[in-house]
Amino acid sequence: MTLIDYRNENPMVTDDAWTHVAEDAALPTDRPATLSLQRWKAAREELYGRNLSLGVRLESHERVEEILPDLPRLALIALDFPNLNDGRHFTTARLLRERYGFHGKIRATGQVLRDQIDPMRRCGFNEFELAENKDTASAITAFDEISVVYQPAADAQPTAAQLRHRQSGPTMAG
Amino acid sequence: MYKYDHLDNTLVRERAAQFRGQVARRISGELSEDEFKPLRLRNGLYLQLHSYMLRVAIPYGLLSSSQMRALARIARRYDRGYGHFTTRQNIQFNWVSLENTAEILDDLAAVEMHAIQTSGNCIRNTTTDQFAGVAADEIEDPRPWAEIIRQWSTLHPEFSFLPRKFKIAINGAPNDRAAIAVHDIGLSMLRGPNGETGFTVWVGGGLGRTPMLAKPIRDFLPGADLLSYLEAILRVFNIEGRRDNLYKSRIKILVSALGIDRFRDLVEAEWAHIRDSALRLEGREIARIRARFALPPYDANVDSGPFAAKRFEDAAFARWSAANLFPHKQPGHAAVTVSLKPVGGIPGDMTADRMDALADLADEYSHGEIRVTHRQNLVLAHVRQDRLFDLWRALDSLELATPNLMRVTDIIACPGLDFCGLATARSIPVAQRLSARLAEIDERHDLGELTINISGCINSCAHHHVAHIGILGLEKAGAESYQVTLGGSSAKDASIGKIIGRGFGADEIVAAIETIIVTWLELRHDGERFLDSLRRVGQTPFRDALYGQDSRTE
Repeated sequence: MTLIDYRNENPMVTDDAWTHVAEDAALPTDRPATLSLQRWKAAREELYGRNLSLGVRLESHERVEEILPDLPRLALIALDFPNLNDGRHFTTARLLRERYGFHGKIRATGQVLRDQIDPMRRCGFNEFELAENKDTASAITAFDEISVVYQPAADAQPTAAQLRHRQSGPTMAG
Repeated sequence: MYKYDHLDNTLVRERAAQFRGQVARRISGELSEDEFKPLRLRNGLYLQLHSYMLRVAIPYGLLSSSQMRALARIARRYDRGYGHFTTRQNIQFNWVSLENTAEILDDLAAVEMHAIQTSGNCIRNTTTDQFAGVAADEIEDPRPWAEIIRQWSTLHPEFSFLPRKFKIAINGAPNDRAAIAVHDIGLSMLRGPNGETGFTVWVGGGLGRTPMLAKPIRDFLPGADLLSYLEAILRVFNIEGRRDNLYKSRIKILVSALGIDRFRDLVEAEWAHIRDSALRLEGREIARIRARFALPPYDANVDSGPFAAKRFEDAAFARWSAANLFPHKQPGHAAVTVSLKPVGGIPGDMTADRMDALADLADEYSHGEIRVTHRQNLVLAHVRQDRLFDLWRALDSLELATPNLMRVTDIIACPGLDFCGLATARSIPVAQRLSARLAEIDERHDLGELTINISGCINSCAHHHVAHIGILGLEKAGAESYQVTLGGSSAKDASIGKIIGRGFGADEIVAAIETIIVTWLELRHDGERFLDSLRRVGQTPFRDALYGQDSRTE
């Protein structure tokens, strides 16, 4: 399985090192793995001691607030998109980056099209598993399509307003 | 008006190119129709009954004459020679092909226009008062703030896949001409204790299946905090809003389910986190955008004498002046409403030739600026009073001078079953027949202000709930059935109309409306508006006239 890895401002197609462990499957001992929220909650005390990269998968209705104390232990959070209309995890990703200071990987999974991955990146995602039968290699150009942003998000890109006023120092509205 | 800088231009051109790629992937089969649909919708492309339809954004309804000419060219080249102005102050082309859409977007980008977010589950075109900037009763021009909202909401990465569409309206005067009470968010401008700009924020209004008036969420929001507060509301909506049922996914349902106090608590808690973020508006950016909306240079010494004399001499001009002029803050000037509602015509339709002719008139009489109103008319906002008579004659020769603003023939109608895949009944032919019939009655009885809106399905694009007389076209046992509501208003005294009784067939609806009006004339006090009479006497006399007194026990 390949995915798009967007790190250091540089998107590339890579092989996926991670395993999404099914509900009743055994945890691998030799490679990083993600668990469902339910399984993570049931087993987290026991898993804390293991020397293994772990991640949690959140379905679109599941909230990151349930795992806030665990964030330092997690290397990856996979946020699922069941369809094109469910955009809740765009907010989840921003909260993870901007409010909860999560520095691990945030991965988009499910019905992910190339048309969503640039806004996802702006919200803090940095790994993308495209929907089945979608061409991963050609999708990396999606990050180059829109170069101007109007609003601050989880990325470091200066907004149009910031670029317009870069010459002079800051002033606040009265 | 707002002029793009190279950043605005770049974004619109890149978005057009991006959409070209999406269309190509659809045509090649790489995208299925199910996948393409949400992508095309967020760029204004609908699949209607007979053709694709492209809805072009006209931010807060403001157009230059050269943009109007570009719309005329598009109407000729890619459509059937006309366009249709909508209740969201946009324009739609009903007969475009999928293959041509990318070219149309390139043509639009060349005149600083686009179709971004004119549909889809995202933040739509922000609407405002068509008299913004020139209205005599205005506190402050809302257009710079509408432009600030436009930029913030354009391709917003977090709010591009909301539970449902999201509409914001902003009004800058004590009189509400932007229908803020029926929007997801309504902003009404006011001055704070030290004269600073601020907003009263309303949330959770909307029409559709469950019409509701917006509720106040914040009495005073400082201007600099506008975007952080909007972002807080949108974020709560994105997380908490329902996605299981199309008809329960608007923010009005969430606000109503949680209660406004609980909803406010969530928003204020979110806002506390982001209020001091980069969303805080800097004074120099507000100033930059405000400067782009500077009013044109007015002549302070216009002689109003000729205007008064012509009204005295010419009864038709006097009638038009009384109906279609709006008081201007600059003495000696007027804002002119150009009616797109000729008697018996299709509300909001305009031919390419008329678009070009109006663009010329805008250059000659109104500093090259045109506005689209949510009543599907146009406005020339800066006309000298001593030139009104000449302008009127020119408009009259173009059949654009029907003296009917806010009158019974100023009907708002959606495209209905003649075009729209969602419609359950036709709207346009009903509007045309009603207009022809009611024009005669208005001629004889001077009906004054009386609004009629006709929606062809429960999605209520024509806002029938807030018309004095609302008509909703439904389908009953294979036939069109028109349900009538009385007593709606979208003005300062906003109210939701109430259903009068069982619906009427397509061959009965015109007579039913006539019965309502004749009944009203019998009980009307001198000069009284229909809405005020109705509020005074209630629905009973109208119900009796329509259904007979025997129906009272129903």
